[in-house]
Amino acid sequence: MKKNKKTFNIKGFYTHATLIAVSLLSIFPFLWLLSTALKGPDENIFQYPPEFFPKFPTWDNFAGVWKQIPFMLYFWNSMIVAGFTVLLNLILSALAAYPLARMEFKGKKITFYAILATIMIPFQAIMLPVYLIVLKLNMVDSVNNFMGFLGLILPFAVNAFGIFLMRQAFLAIPRELEEAAFVDGCNVFQIWWKILLPMVKPTLAVLAIFTFIGSWGEFLWPSIVLTKKALYTLPVGVNDLQGLFSANWRYIAAGSIIATIPILIFFIAMQRYFISGENEGAVKG
Amino acid sequence: MYKYYKKYVPYLFLIPAGVILVLFFFIPFFETILLSFFDYNSNIYAPTFVSLENYVTLLKSPVFYKVLLNTFIYLLVAVPFLVVFPLILAIMLNQKIRGLTLYKILIYLPVIVSIVVAAIAFKWLYAQQGILNYFMELFHLPAVGWLTDTNFALYSVILVTIWKGIGYYMMIYLSALMGVPKDLYEACEVDGASPLTKHLTVTLPHLMPTIGLVSTISAISAMKVFVEIYVMTKGGPLDSSKTIVYYIYERAFENLDLGIASAASVLLLVIVLVISIINFKYFDDKRYQM
Repeated sequence: MKKNKKTFNIKGFYTHATLIAVSLLSIFPFLWLLSTALKGPDENIFQYPPEFFPKFPTWDNFAGVWKQIPFMLYFWNSMIVAGFTVLLNLILSALAAYPLARMEFKGKKITFYAILATIMIPFQAIMLPVYLIVLKLNMVDSVNNFMGFLGLILPFAVNAFGIFLMRQAFLAIPRELEEAAFVDGCNVFQIWWKILLPMVKPTLAVLAIFTFIGSWGEFLWPSIVLTKKALYTLPVGVNDLQGLFSANWRYIAAGSIIATIPILIFFIAMQRYFISGENEGAVKG
Repeated sequence: MYKYYKKYVPYLFLIPAGVILVLFFFIPFFETILLSFFDYNSNIYAPTFVSLENYVTLLKSPVFYKVLLNTFIYLLVAVPFLVVFPLILAIMLNQKIRGLTLYKILIYLPVIVSIVVAAIAFKWLYAQQGILNYFMELFHLPAVGWLTDTNFALYSVILVTIWKGIGYYMMIYLSALMGVPKDLYEACEVDGASPLTKHLTVTLPHLMPTIGLVSTISAISAMKVFVEIYVMTKGGPLDSSKTIVYYIYERAFENLDLGIASAASVLLLVIVLVISIINFKYFDDKRYQM
């Protein structure tokens, strides 16, 4: 018995040692960035051995970069893009998923497989024609801000992954509910809106959160279409720091930290959706 | 069941999503193939039909050969690591231990943070007089040009992709582990099996579909890598860290060589298609069955 307990502890020790090491490696790059951002001009950020805790921590770099970079503008641009991308994804996915889960119609099979096929088309392989189409539709910021936002949002307004996620959720609802609602005088749109949607709220929440994270971090597409700083989203703005402050790593670090705060708050607030382990459906295939 | 909807109603529900998918998936898909048969290099306003010439040019180009090689190295290094390591972590976290939630939050953090910020953070670690080279010095190793040496740049970038993916795949494994019947483990313990035997005989067989899924997703994401390279190396030095999406981006948006960019895109489409088909064939996913 005694021996058993001892081996268990050793096993527990290795587990914790590994997990602590991996956790530290996961956050170290950010901590080092933070450490650099807190160091004033009197501290050599290139010195050997490096000083992990700043001797004279200062907020000066944060204040300095804040004055030169319109972070609030970038933040609101990101909010507009991510917000509308989420809203459109929820509505369009739930609309398209309903007939796919519940109705019989001509061409259902081909519609199903056509949507499925888009899963296999990576955006990176078709981004050039997408750009040409967006140009043709005048959805660029050189026309006006509204069209610029449209061009940022519409290509990501819906995808197969979201449609199939919603379809799975609808399939789990008993059919009797719709029949009862129909007998009570609901039309088909009311059945969708008043009966089915409230029942798939958890799935809608999962879709919203993962779409938000994806849209918030998106860099490739905005960096292709945007020409005006007035429409920069946070990732584009952060990348810009490198050019603006070429060797000033204190400012680059401070700016990167500032830009990370909103998503960090979002993550902490929504953590159960990410780490509960019950979001299997949210895996993007 | 009584049909409570009119014949045209299903199409009404499908139209909004249909318009987006046609406009931004199907048309661009066919346009990519179409553009790949045209030469835009001579005159961008008057492209000429050249049939397969762009493909021939690509396959003869030493740069593209290098790009393909880099892309496959990316795949071969990142995928095995992202399939195995997160699984080990997930098994460790699938028990009642202290600090469980904190571990999960910290390991998942890189997934949440923008890849642009992550790439900048690593660029700083990799700096010539950066902290990583300090550790090298501690171990009496020579300083390395992590992003400036042609022998290292690609692997330095791959490390960022791996670092950022671990938490994501770990959570996929964790939710799959919840589905493994507990009594099987108990039976193992009654038989006095070692933890290793337990995982080899119970966990692994149950997780095969998930392992397949993780292999596919991580392989496809490795094919699509862009931001890490854009922020840290721009494909350099000497194309040593250039992979296929960066190449496409450069051709299309910097050199305006639409034909070549499209031919490379078609090759990317084919590779991703092959990976997806292997996945569909061997690991069926209930979500995608009619």
